[in-house]
Amino acid sequence: MMAVLVFMIPLALALGFIGLMAFVWSLRNGQYDDEQGAARRILSDDDLKQADMGHDAHH
Amino acid sequence: MSAAAHDYSHFVQYRADGSAALDLILYDVDCAACFIDIENSLKSVPGLTNARVNVTYNRLHVDFEPSKITADAIIDRLAANHYHAKPFRINDAEEAERARSQYLIRCLAVATFAALNIMLLSISIWTGGVEGLSPETRDFFHWLSALIALPAAAYAGQPFYKNAVDGLRHGRWNMDVPISLGIILALGMSVYETAHHGEHAYFDSAVMLLTFLLLGRVLEQAMRKRTRAAAGNIAALKGKVAYRQMADGALVQVPVEALEVGDVVIIRAGDRVPADGRVEKGSSSLDESVITGETRPRFICAGDHIYAGSLSLDGTIEFRISGAGQSTLLDDISQLVEKAGAARSHYQRLADRAARFYAPVVHATAMVTALIWLGLGAGLHMALVTAISVLIITCPCALALAVPAVQVVAAGRLFHAGLFLNSPEALERLADIDFIVFDKTGTLTRPEPTVINAADLSTDMVEAAGFLACNSRHPLSAAIAQALPPTRLSYAVNEVSGAGVEAHVNGEIWRLGSADFCLIDDEQRVIDRTLSVIYLRRGTRTAALILSQALRSDAPSVIAALRAFDLPMMILSGDHEKAVQYCADQLGIENWHSALKPADKIAAIQELTHRGHKVLMVGDGLNDAPALASAHASLSPISAVDLAQAHADCVFVGERLAPLYQAVCMARYARRLMQQNLALAIIYNLVAVPLAVMGYVTPLMAALAMSASSLLVTLNALRLHRIGLSLRPMARAPRTSHAAHPAPMDV
Repeated sequence: MMAVLVFMIPLALALGFIGLMAFVWSLRNGQYDDEQGAARRILSDDDLKQADMGHDAHH
Repeated sequence: MSAAAHDYSHFVQYRADGSAALDLILYDVDCAACFIDIENSLKSVPGLTNARVNVTYNRLHVDFEPSKITADAIIDRLAANHYHAKPFRINDAEEAERARSQYLIRCLAVATFAALNIMLLSISIWTGGVEGLSPETRDFFHWLSALIALPAAAYAGQPFYKNAVDGLRHGRWNMDVPISLGIILALGMSVYETAHHGEHAYFDSAVMLLTFLLLGRVLEQAMRKRTRAAAGNIAALKGKVAYRQMADGALVQVPVEALEVGDVVIIRAGDRVPADGRVEKGSSSLDESVITGETRPRFICAGDHIYAGSLSLDGTIEFRISGAGQSTLLDDISQLVEKAGAARSHYQRLADRAARFYAPVVHATAMVTALIWLGLGAGLHMALVTAISVLIITCPCALALAVPAVQVVAAGRLFHAGLFLNSPEALERLADIDFIVFDKTGTLTRPEPTVINAADLSTDMVEAAGFLACNSRHPLSAAIAQALPPTRLSYAVNEVSGAGVEAHVNGEIWRLGSADFCLIDDEQRVIDRTLSVIYLRRGTRTAALILSQALRSDAPSVIAALRAFDLPMMILSGDHEKAVQYCADQLGIENWHSALKPADKIAAIQELTHRGHKVLMVGDGLNDAPALASAHASLSPISAVDLAQAHADCVFVGERLAPLYQAVCMARYARRLMQQNLALAIIYNLVAVPLAVMGYVTPLMAALAMSASSLLVTLNALRLHRIGLSLRPMARAPRTSHAAHPAPMDV
């Protein structure tokens, strides 16, 4: 039992630590500076429109 | 003069690689999808490398190459798409709040990560105890917990350790001292226990305590950051431009922030003076009501000192900006402010007062516990373990959250009501007050004058006055035009400089201006020299328009509501007797004084203080700044001069006075909840401490008790969301009500 714990727990901690680092990175990157903007941006389909227009141009 | 070039270089940040950045505040942008449109419209502009809107704060950040496009062109480009933007610079105070906020969130992230992982291990230990966890596995789990807890506490606890050390260095015993001591002792004892194969370790409790406390601080900081950003937006939108004269005589439009001592600035009729200085050329009548409270204009000419915020009524003047220490009025006021402010800095916050009482009691209890156990013949180890568990269980989790939790909720609600708190203890001081002193001009009344006798005029005279006023540039005309219903006439209008405006309509002459210009007979002139009067002639008929600062639309109902709290009120004004009396009569305030100097206002407030009153000062003028600083608590409208705002505990936006009532209500209710929370924390301690002293406290109990008590005070604080802040409508509508703007502003 001990052997598997010695292996598994540090592994679990390391995975958690990666998550923590990812959060700190996103914080420093300014991902939480504009919560309302992020909520609205996801509803915008501008990128789709451009793809569609490119599509139309081919035909 | 309108063709003067703009100079926005003050706002542009140039980078070493030749690129530049500019921050803009967007206003009048009210559709949800507009920000995408704004970004797209800027995408194709050559020289613009990046444009990103921050929807939360209504701001736009652009990166551009200054060699290809100017800041001016970017703003014009937005204006062409009907988006209005104003350049601004994020001030240092806001940047500092942002950095602090990020730092606290990082600490919280580390503490949460550690607390969750340690809890996982701890739960295994607690449940494993029943099923027979081997001592080796338990030790291994304890060591793992230590491995997580020690670095996490060393990093995430820094905000508390720093505060505690700072406090001790200044001889103050703040709440962070027992917190830091509790965390360090709990960790130290746990390491000792682990090394000696002990059964109990307190890693989980220590780190969980840290997490809860950090959560409180993060929320408090988020509130502060939001308030600061909103205040920054308002200040930037309020920011004015000035016409600076260059060495070659050319005029350049510059933001007021970019003006420097020695610059020569031109002021036209209707402009506000952007900085203090001395007049070099020209003359004008100056409305200095923002400075002195006096509503009668003062005539100024070359050599006179003028002060930022005053309004030039008719002439154009040229003046040179002077540095601090060159004008007697400002020097006097700054000295008064300094003296007054010193008295108030002795105020001690509720939480600190609680900490001063609490910490020695807890530490003494822990010591006595150790001594009693030793006296009863227990070993040194047993005595120490029990003493430290007393420290852990009393570690002021609930106590440290009791006050901040209430403060965060209260500040959030006031923010939505249009009220910004300048200092954290403002709320507590507001709750103490038992006397309110008002300034008149700009506080009880609106900052700009309006026509007060419009109801007495016939409809066609009102129409003529409104039409003439609409077509005039004179600042009083703007006041008249706003006070009267809009007119849709269109005839040619002549502006006669220094006299008034004139129009020829269907063979009649219409005139608006001075008495002589309107050919008013002597007996029809208003004799009272304390009133500002504008005359009107329509053909053969004449009328007098009396201008005065009208009361804020809800002032009577706010005063009535405050009277229901049994708060005595007083008006201290720099204005002349008649004007103050008129206002006091309308509001039913018997206690008023007129023609006061700044020193008189302070003296009046100090006398009230001596009589044992805790005074709330509400004012906006430069002459109010010392009084604001000396009063127990103070409030300013957002239209106030900078010095007054800097010394006010809170600042409110909007035309209405209701935020004053809301602030007093909220402060009183918040104080009651703070006291309840402190009582809850003390009750918790009364139950928990005896158990700890008797040695019954296990790590599981400590963790449960701490979470439960924190949750309890937080939930109690949330009750603030449920109190009503709206004013009961008065039976009689206020006389001067029109176009009341709703106060809340959402950023």
